[in-house]
Amino acid sequence: MKKIIKKLGLSEYIFVVLFGLFLLISRHFNLNLSGKIERNFWLFFSEMITFLPFMFILVGIFDVWVPREKVEKHIGRESGIKGIVWVILLAMLQAGPLYGAFPVAYLLWKKGCSIRNIFIYLGAFPTLKIPMLTFEIGFLGLKFSFLRTLFTLPIFILIGFIMEAYLKNKQFQVKQP
Amino acid sequence: MILLLIITAIALIISFILDSKRTIAGIKKGLNMFVNILPSMLNVLILVSVFLYLVPNETIVRWLGKGSGLKGISIAAGVGSISLIPGFIAYPLASILLKSGVSYEILAVFITTLMMVGVLTLPVESKYFGLKVSIVRNFLSFLGAIIIGLLIGLFL
Repeated sequence: MKKIIKKLGLSEYIFVVLFGLFLLISRHFNLNLSGKIERNFWLFFSEMITFLPFMFILVGIFDVWVPREKVEKHIGRESGIKGIVWVILLAMLQAGPLYGAFPVAYLLWKKGCSIRNIFIYLGAFPTLKIPMLTFEIGFLGLKFSFLRTLFTLPIFILIGFIMEAYLKNKQFQVKQP
Repeated sequence: MILLLIITAIALIISFILDSKRTIAGIKKGLNMFVNILPSMLNVLILVSVFLYLVPNETIVRWLGKGSGLKGISIAAGVGSISLIPGFIAYPLASILLKSGVSYEILAVFITTLMMVGVLTLPVESKYFGLKVSIVRNFLSFLGAIIIGLLIGLFL
């Protein structure tokens, strides 16, 4: 039994272990290629580790407190335009890269959010986050940011509708990894 | 980031006051999910680090600066879909691209694919939605990004 666990653990992390070995070896031989890769990795790792655990804890807390009926009523199958507005607002208030949206999508799904709204949420999350928008306006100007938002909005709402139609009779579920 | 920390802290405190057992169950649930996804997440971070080493910012500037029109859009869409550059790097990079003469149209395609399409994050995404659905979502977002770029090109 222990062996199996050990094997499983190792296989999931095998890539990470190899990467670590690669960094050690190239450091030992003083190859300068690893320096930049290592710096990149720590940059992304620190970005991930400073927000993802909190995001998951929030998801867990939300999970134990918020009843399914409430969520279902607001963003479930019968929620209509109001539901769309709710998930977009939720997405706008968040921060972090797209992969941070997946656990939230899982939770929303579990609590009865409709397929359409799940995918609208996934579209709004990376494109309409307020912290990101302020950044965008600063670097590319208000006009660009405004137009991009204006065109992006109907597109990912449409994607939500397409995904809903596509997955209608397919017993789709969002899994907990 | 700090906001998230504050919100989490406040939620935890309120939750603890109301029901400590339930709170602990919630935290456990959340951390469990985190631990389960961690290996895939680390793999993605490694892929991205290696990718950005192989294709540094200067290369992206050179590629996107080269083409205009259809060719430029295809290059921007391709590079944007594959790379996973965090916003705090992507926007300064986009502003450099703008100054070096890249059109708004191409920038919009690049930025939108960067945000909505993630080829390198597919291993993580497919753990939640399944591989096929993830591919469909990414493909639709890819098409959407090109439409958004073309529309922006009409106005800017």
